[in-house]
Amino acid sequence: MTDSTRLRVDDVTLAYDNRVISSGLTVDIPDRSFTVIVGPNACGKSTLLRSLSRLLKPQQGRVLLDGKAIGAMKPKDVARTIGLLPQTSVAPDGITVVDLVSRGRYPHQGMIRQWTSADESAVVDAMRATDVAELASRAVDELSGGQRQRVWAAMALAQQTPILLLDEPTTFLDIAHQIELLDLFARLHREGNTIVAVLHDLNHAARYADHLIVMKAGEVVATGAPADIVTAELVEHVFGLPCLIIEDPVSKTPLIVPKGGHWQA
Amino acid sequence: MTATTTRAPRLRDHRRIRLVTALLAVAAVVFALIALGTGDFPLSIPEVVQAMFATDGGFATTIVLEWRLPRVLAALAFGAAMGVAGAIFQSLTRNPLGSPDIIGFSTGSYTGALIVITLVGDAYLSTAVGALLGGLATAFVVYLLAYRRGVQGFRLIIVGIAVTAMLHGLNTWMLLKAETEVAMTASIWGAGSLGLIGWQQAVPAFIALAVLVPFVIILSGPMRQLEIGDDAAKAHGVRVEPARLALLVVGVALTAVVTASTGPIAFVALAAPQIAHRLTRSAGLPLVGSALTGAVLLLVADFVAQHLLPNAVPVGLVTIVSGGVYLIALLIHEARKRL
Repeated sequence: MTDSTRLRVDDVTLAYDNRVISSGLTVDIPDRSFTVIVGPNACGKSTLLRSLSRLLKPQQGRVLLDGKAIGAMKPKDVARTIGLLPQTSVAPDGITVVDLVSRGRYPHQGMIRQWTSADESAVVDAMRATDVAELASRAVDELSGGQRQRVWAAMALAQQTPILLLDEPTTFLDIAHQIELLDLFARLHREGNTIVAVLHDLNHAARYADHLIVMKAGEVVATGAPADIVTAELVEHVFGLPCLIIEDPVSKTPLIVPKGGHWQA
Repeated sequence: MTATTTRAPRLRDHRRIRLVTALLAVAAVVFALIALGTGDFPLSIPEVVQAMFATDGGFATTIVLEWRLPRVLAALAFGAAMGVAGAIFQSLTRNPLGSPDIIGFSTGSYTGALIVITLVGDAYLSTAVGALLGGLATAFVVYLLAYRRGVQGFRLIIVGIAVTAMLHGLNTWMLLKAETEVAMTASIWGAGSLGLIGWQQAVPAFIALAVLVPFVIILSGPMRQLEIGDDAAKAHGVRVEPARLALLVVGVALTAVVTASTGPIAFVALAAPQIAHRLTRSAGLPLVGSALTGAVLLLVADFVAQHLLPNAVPVGLVTIVSGGVYLIALLIHEARKRL
């Protein structure tokens, strides 16, 4: 991991109308890292991700990409560098998988859009990587939840951005599909991409992240490699959850084992 | 790896869309030729074609080029404009009910026309300007009332229906208050008709529509991206709110230009995009398909209104009756889906 950061949040205030979520927030996203943002519900982790992806304009401060404020850049220029798998998306009626994935090529196309062989191969690669190539001509509304989420992931991959943001990508998936998708992102990370994900599952976060950002009440409480920062004290402080930390027998990363009132009676 | 690479089958199969689009275009031309040949002075299709290209300026040529062609072209162009406007609004609102005739813009045009007819008189141009301003003002009010950190489809429809109801009341009140003759003129305009269209009325409207076409083409890309949700569209580099506002303005302008020329004609904007979507099985609502379907629908409706009914009636009557049936079917279908 290098020390450079292409993407950083510089002293921002994030708010929806007058409801301030974070103020004076500064976060660096290390290049080529697999960064995972964790924290309890309503801690501002999704809000932070939305500001990184230009979906939410900070009330104060700037989000910087290569030293330039993304708010001042051309939206399509940003979209060729930062991709996003949003939490909620809608598939137009009757759209096929390949059509939907193709929409990810929008930032690469001009006003009078022409479909190039580069677009074609990006779409094919994205569908292969997410294992949806066989579904290419199927309608998206007919797919299962797991398949659909992989199709959306394929759309984000087709954008071919060096930085990929994921907003709770594994929600609504069964455990096998969760792991499959996270493995896919881990592979993209190994191939040199920067991944930033909001995840709910602390153990998944500890397993896949090489850089963890722990948030509580709109502030960053801890950052660093999971093995360095995940302690029982931190989890109790942030989530109010008494737990034990043991070593994950497979990944050798910290494994959080909640104590839970039920077992202490 | 082997040396030979087999080319993957064409990724995105648009053959059906192309075929249906071509068939719709052919249908539009055929219906247009039939319409040009029908009337008190019937002509066969070859005779129509001959009359169009004849240089001697005979009676048939006068009938086809001077009397019938402006009306037929107007039916095609206005139907296409309404189809596109319907596709834009239904796509923005993500709702098959989100059509300009449902959310108040046609009613607003009628209000504008009524005010002008009552105050200034029923000259064609001033009525058209009144309708244009009425439609734009209504759209502006609906947009403002529906705006809350951006405009969401469902809010736009609900606000639009409410505004339509109020404008209906206002329109009725104005008709009741107006002198009988004025009320008559206004009612005829309000029925929606292509009967008054000659070259003099058609050409300005055609120019206005032609000016709008490049904007529709430019905005079609962002419109496609908006279909997959605001967040995804933004992440793809679409300026979501400006794009949506521009689409609204273009959609309103298309509707207003047509309504100003003909009076409110219901149903075409509502049904054309949905029919085109089902015929082409496209992702989302196809713009070209909606335009062609709208053109064919309005042309056929006007043909029915002129020639197939015992007495010629304004085309607006035909479309509103078919529209009523369609709307009930649509509501039943939507209600079933929600259960």
